[in-house]
Amino acid sequence: MAEREIFNRHNRPLAVYATAFTLFLYLPILFIPLFSVNSGLYQRFPLEGLTLDWYAQLFARGPVFDALQNSLQVGLAVSVISTVLAVPAAKALSRAVLPGKRPITGFVMLPLIVPGLVFGVALLVVISRLGIPLSLYTVALGHVVICLPFAISILLPRFEGANRSLEEASADLGENGWWTFWRVTFPGILPGVVASLLLTFTVSFDEFIMAFFLSGTDPTLPMYIWTQLRFPQSFPALLALSSLILLASFALVFLSLWFARMGRPASSLVPR
Amino acid sequence: MTRPDGLATLTAPSFAGRFLFRHDILRGYLLLSPTLVVLALAILIPFALLVAMSFWSMAGYDMVTEPSLGNYAAILEQPMYGVLLGRSLMVAAIATGVTVILSYPVAYYVAFHVHRNKMMWIILLTLPFWTSYLLRVFAWRVVLGYEGAINSSLLGLELIEAPLQAFLYSKTAVTIALAHAWAAFAILPIYVSLEKIDKSLLEAAADLGDSPARRFWRITLPLSLPGVVSAFFLMFIPTVGDYVTPAMLGGPDGLMIGNLIQAQFGPINNWPMGAALSLVMLVAVAVAGGMFLLLTRLVRR
Repeated sequence: MAEREIFNRHNRPLAVYATAFTLFLYLPILFIPLFSVNSGLYQRFPLEGLTLDWYAQLFARGPVFDALQNSLQVGLAVSVISTVLAVPAAKALSRAVLPGKRPITGFVMLPLIVPGLVFGVALLVVISRLGIPLSLYTVALGHVVICLPFAISILLPRFEGANRSLEEASADLGENGWWTFWRVTFPGILPGVVASLLLTFTVSFDEFIMAFFLSGTDPTLPMYIWTQLRFPQSFPALLALSSLILLASFALVFLSLWFARMGRPASSLVPR
Repeated sequence: MTRPDGLATLTAPSFAGRFLFRHDILRGYLLLSPTLVVLALAILIPFALLVAMSFWSMAGYDMVTEPSLGNYAAILEQPMYGVLLGRSLMVAAIATGVTVILSYPVAYYVAFHVHRNKMMWIILLTLPFWTSYLLRVFAWRVVLGYEGAINSSLLGLELIEAPLQAFLYSKTAVTIALAHAWAAFAILPIYVSLEKIDKSLLEAAADLGDSPARRFWRITLPLSLPGVVSAFFLMFIPTVGDYVTPAMLGGPDGLMIGNLIQAQFGPINNWPMGAALSLVMLVAVAVAGGMFLLLTRLVRR
């Protein structure tokens, strides 16, 4: 009975505050699609009129499609590479006994905390000393560094929640490690794998600072936006582009988080 | 835990295979090795070279690899570096403090008062964090601009006569945008620490006659402090070295250390100085973080 009384009581002010807070999180971003369909060249109120001209103008720009293609290529490669690396790593880190587990986890999660700028310049220094030209490959390398901790922190709770006795039963019944993994472990972590692919793709697709330092002559989409920000007349077209990117990113991340939490308590998927 | 049958397998025919298959710990390291190799190549080696380069210097357009302390001496001597570093720490600390305080009640609400749609709440709260940082900062430029959403609304309502210049291109703009951009990330660790609290402690306190406020001060808040501390670090450390937000919203007096570091690798073309500044920034962040940790320990006593 006590539980009911303490925890189920409604707290209206708190509920209102939390709702307002959440709305505020989204508020500034909503101005981007709003002004992208506004016919005025400047982003100000009152709105002048509804138009899709900026979108038409956007699609008439050839370089946008080149940048999109670059971003897609990098994003796909990065999501596959970081997820493939993260699956065995998360499996290893999920086991109870592994000497040095804490420092290793800390090292792997480092890119989550250390400013991206530092990794960007450090990679830039090595790449240029080695005489390797900057290209989409160097951008992808930078993105893998950033995406690995995300992929691992999504997959880790999956492995931790997996029923170890099923694996043991499979091994006892004579399956070797490889088949046990594919037939017992993998189906259990599949939602996590899908979540990791989606999330790392989005993170790479949207990433700016690594691309800023490690891009060669081929820009990714965020780099393209950055270089176009200097020209006020291209602002509305950038708003149109940004609206599309935000829409796609939100959809992908939403799907990813949904998969990551499928059948799991809400507290999973939290970087430790 | 060593497997009792571990030794027996040593004599088995396919020695290496069985040894690896059976030996849990070795297998663990084997599974980790691809990730560790990639990260060693992409983090440790570059970082080592960054440290080495910070002792180099520039002669005209050429790098001199003769080690010297010149860069560090310059950072100590010229006030500009200290000012930018101090401002970065300050802006990041304020943005982080504000965010942690404002997000705590939200995390509390979801942890204790939401029962059915917890997952939906957490997804909604974290969703923006995963999407383009660049575009979220860009959105603030649209909102705060000289003729942006806020100013033009205020003008339209005739509340002001000329656009306010207080917002865009200032430290305030940078602080607001940073606080907003990282809020989603700060909520998570606080939420987790609140969620982990053993509810029976609160029930016991209630049974013993503690008021809700007392329960909060004596049980909930102290037990959620680790989450608050990790939220602080998760947000403070990366924001000190942020580049995008001050570059887009900062203007001359809102520039931060990240912009200076980028300039060394870009237009100024003094990479050794950039390397030294990156390391000084990391050390400063570590010292500031250590002080904060010490402070929370003292408060808890």
